[in-house]
Amino acid sequence: MAFFEGKQMTAGYGDGPDIISSCSISANRGEIVAILGPNGAGKSTAMKAMLGLLNLKSGSVTLDGEEISKISPQDRVKQGISFVPQTRNVFAELTVRENLEIGGFLREEGLDQMIENIYNLFPILSEKKSQIVGQLSGGQRQQVALGRALMSEPSVLMLDEPTAGVSPIVMDELFEHIIKVKKTNVAIIMVEQNAKQALSISDRGYVLVTGQNKFEGSGEELLNDPEVRRSFLGG
Amino acid sequence: MRKYSNIIAAYSIMLVLILLVGIFQSWSIALTILNYCLISAVMTIGANIQWGYAGLINFGIMGYTALGGLAVVLVSVDPVQQAWQAGGLNILICFWIIVVMVVLIRYLLKYFNKSKYRTYGIAFVIIGGILLLRLTATPGIEAIEAVDPAKTGFLGGMGLPVLFSWIGGAFLAGGLAFIVGKIALGLRADYLAIATLLIAEIVVSIIKHEEWLARGVKNVIGLKRPAPYEIDLQTSQWFINLVEKFHSKKLSMINSITERQDALSQFVIDASSVYVKLCFTGLFLSVVIVLLIVTQKALYSPWGRKMRAIRDNEEAASAMGKNIVKEHLFIFILGSAIVGIAGAMMVTNDGLFTPGSYRPMRYTFVIWVMVIVGGTGNNFGAILGGFVVWFLWVEAAPMALFLINLFTSHLPETNSVRVHLIESAPYFRFLVIGIGLLTIMRYRPKGILPEKIEIK
Amino acid sequence: MDFINAIVVLTNFTIIPALAYGSQLALGAIFVTLIYAVLRFANFATGDMMSFGTMFAVLLTYYFQSIGLGLGFLPTALLTIPFAIIMMILYMLLIDKFVFSYYRIKKSPPVQFAMVSVGVMFVTQAIIRIIIGPSDRRFLDGEKFILKATEFKEMTGLNEGLTLKSTQAITIVVTLIIVSIMFWFLNKTKTGTSMRAYSDNEDLALLSGIDPKRVVLITWVIAGVLATVGGILYGLDKSYRPFVYFNNMLPIFAAAIVGGIGNPFGAFLGGYVIAFAEILITYAYKRFIAYLVPESMEPDSLMQLLSTDYKFAVSFSILVIVLLIRPSGIFKGKTI
Repeated sequence: MAFFEGKQMTAGYGDGPDIISSCSISANRGEIVAILGPNGAGKSTAMKAMLGLLNLKSGSVTLDGEEISKISPQDRVKQGISFVPQTRNVFAELTVRENLEIGGFLREEGLDQMIENIYNLFPILSEKKSQIVGQLSGGQRQQVALGRALMSEPSVLMLDEPTAGVSPIVMDELFEHIIKVKKTNVAIIMVEQNAKQALSISDRGYVLVTGQNKFEGSGEELLNDPEVRRSFLGG
Repeated sequence: MRKYSNIIAAYSIMLVLILLVGIFQSWSIALTILNYCLISAVMTIGANIQWGYAGLINFGIMGYTALGGLAVVLVSVDPVQQAWQAGGLNILICFWIIVVMVVLIRYLLKYFNKSKYRTYGIAFVIIGGILLLRLTATPGIEAIEAVDPAKTGFLGGMGLPVLFSWIGGAFLAGGLAFIVGKIALGLRADYLAIATLLIAEIVVSIIKHEEWLARGVKNVIGLKRPAPYEIDLQTSQWFINLVEKFHSKKLSMINSITERQDALSQFVIDASSVYVKLCFTGLFLSVVIVLLIVTQKALYSPWGRKMRAIRDNEEAASAMGKNIVKEHLFIFILGSAIVGIAGAMMVTNDGLFTPGSYRPMRYTFVIWVMVIVGGTGNNFGAILGGFVVWFLWVEAAPMALFLINLFTSHLPETNSVRVHLIESAPYFRFLVIGIGLLTIMRYRPKGILPEKIEIK
Repeated sequence: MDFINAIVVLTNFTIIPALAYGSQLALGAIFVTLIYAVLRFANFATGDMMSFGTMFAVLLTYYFQSIGLGLGFLPTALLTIPFAIIMMILYMLLIDKFVFSYYRIKKSPPVQFAMVSVGVMFVTQAIIRIIIGPSDRRFLDGEKFILKATEFKEMTGLNEGLTLKSTQAITIVVTLIIVSIMFWFLNKTKTGTSMRAYSDNEDLALLSGIDPKRVVLITWVIAGVLATVGGILYGLDKSYRPFVYFNNMLPIFAAAIVGGIGNPFGAFLGGYVIAFAEILITYAYKRFIAYLVPESMEPDSLMQLLSTDYKFAVSFSILVIVLLIRPSGIFKGKTI
């Protein structure tokens, strides 16, 4: 039994058709799990279903053995799941420090200590702490977004295409940061377009096609699987 | 037939209500309400074209109504020769100065690239123009306003038949809409609402305070009418004979000749007022019907389809090569012009122009309630909204009074709560309209008669 | 000496009144902008909500006067502020619960919200007129002047007098206090930061565990304070009349947009921009200029740019110009 697990999830938007059907994804603490697949395969949908942003028609989501399928996203956040959306993932009008403070909004104590920890993890944020986030560069913003999500000391971190729209150099830097986060014993699930790079840092990966699990295995296995290579990694 | 059944039902109920007013209050009141309902209907058709067809939110209805009213004065009143002699030349020169200013600014904008110097140039033209205007206008205005200030003190109009002013109202309102549209149509919906509201206030304050134009808050009374005057009717033999015939039964019951004569003259007075109102009803009704036919035809035409496509998805429509800005401007002008007609109709009906009475509550917000309540995008709905809301607006006070008396009848006449409530009866109309609007928006957000578009 | 006289004239007739009027507008404009930033709609019931709070202050003032309660040289109305604020907030929360919350949950477009607020405007006007009636009421008592023109003349020996009405001083002082507290709250407290975060990015705020109900509640509480205090100060300085309050919505909107809607600090300054523009453009400068130029050059006319009839039109024209040149407002609109 994995730490955070979505089992046989079927879901869609409103009354529309099912986007994912019988899709299963799991992650353990200290593990990076990548969700890959072609456009429209339901990668983000699977993640949103696990966060509770859309209702499951069947299947279940469990966290540390506990069933959480029925509770609201806000309550899942309180249980230790953190989410970084693909767009609008920072408070652009607030300063870096205020972003982190909001990230730790639910913390009863140790806010300053936690902010120090984040500064240690992302040193650039310490330099820019009084700047308005809207004025930062794309890579720095993504770090703010990660930092904000980590402020609640989550046990699960979900990232929706963290490297979308950033340069290759920044991408490498971000991946390094994500590995650093993993070492703090967090379960990380991320949806990625840059499949090769994502798999190279992932412990495991899932390939979704039309909302169903097509392949799964360790990062290396998937990278070396000829069929996966042919269909998704471009040869 | 079935698809029209709820339209017919809604209108029948409305008609019965007006008939009830005629039976219980008086026919004169019923017709006054009906006439205002028809005027409101014209306004709602105008607002509905903008909001229902194109999704443009125009909170400046008041300004266009006032311009329509102004048109009645400018078109139908006889020119005041003395005032023209005293200051007409100055006003004409001012008019030309404005024309020259506009041409100069357009020239600057067109033939010079955007630069500091161009901005300075435009500023210079505007400031210089305003100074020149003030220098020319002030003596002229003073002279005009000094001409028999108790009666005239303004330039007067063109002395044409009053019905022409309805067209004049459309042109004035449409002209303003062109300027406002050029300025404000690019704004987001709620900004547009605020901007139009404020521009309408500017227009009304100009009409209110420029006395040389239409006497401002001193009002213009005794405007021409497209219908006979009560006094004339009361002295015409044919009319008296008609009334006598109509009431012959009642009259024959009265024995004394003097009493019969008194009764007859009372009947004639009542009938003359009803007759005049009926004339107006006929005129207004024809305007409503013509507008309804035209707008219905337009709604189902390719143009109407295009407008709905733009309203429902601007990006898609613009991607398909529709010129949204141009279409919006056109529809803004069209809707405002119709509101202008309504403004002219209203002043014609009243026979007087009172700029001080143009307030946003009555002439913008109530009209909007009519559109929302009736059904946006549906002309039948908009007209019905005009009827229902105007009826409530007028009849809310008597109804409230009735209810207050009913519920406080156990209290003594001098009870302070009762007296206070009876004094506040007129304000229950705000309550009725407000709660009505909130209820409709909550439980029937598309209005009483929602938009129904069938593919033909 | 003439120069000082000229300055005194200008201060007396333009600067002091504009500061007071600007403060009243500023409070209203912050109210508008706050609702816009957090609840995301243009509130057309603004003027009437201010009127609603003021109505309680007027009624309570009459009651306190009748039982002999007062503040001596200060107006009794100041004593009623807390009670009026509580009534105002209760009313706002009631309206929010029965009207606005439904559309908020449905995520209705702003236009629909604006239309709903028109409905609230009608209802509020009805309630006010039924309770207190439409007539003009004065409820100022206590000392009228802090500085009288004659006293000033005696003190300084100048030709021109300087008057400072107590209401003007109270308006400016109270506004500064309220606005400082509000900015401190928004910028320095955790709740204030969470409000700004909610206004900036609602979805992310929810994901960070911010309770939207709490944010809405606090917004109405602050709005209630601003609306009531702004309304009472205006009523003390001029007089209380429901229709005038409804109309005040228009310059208040102008101030909020000129300052950049959604930006409370912009709205604060916008209030003064509108007030100064209205008063400076419609002021007759004849006396002021007469002190500065030699007698032979004294102007005959009033030296007035526009007649005072156009007071409102001035602020609206400024708004139109701002919308044309810089739709985001002078101080760039942003979420609070």
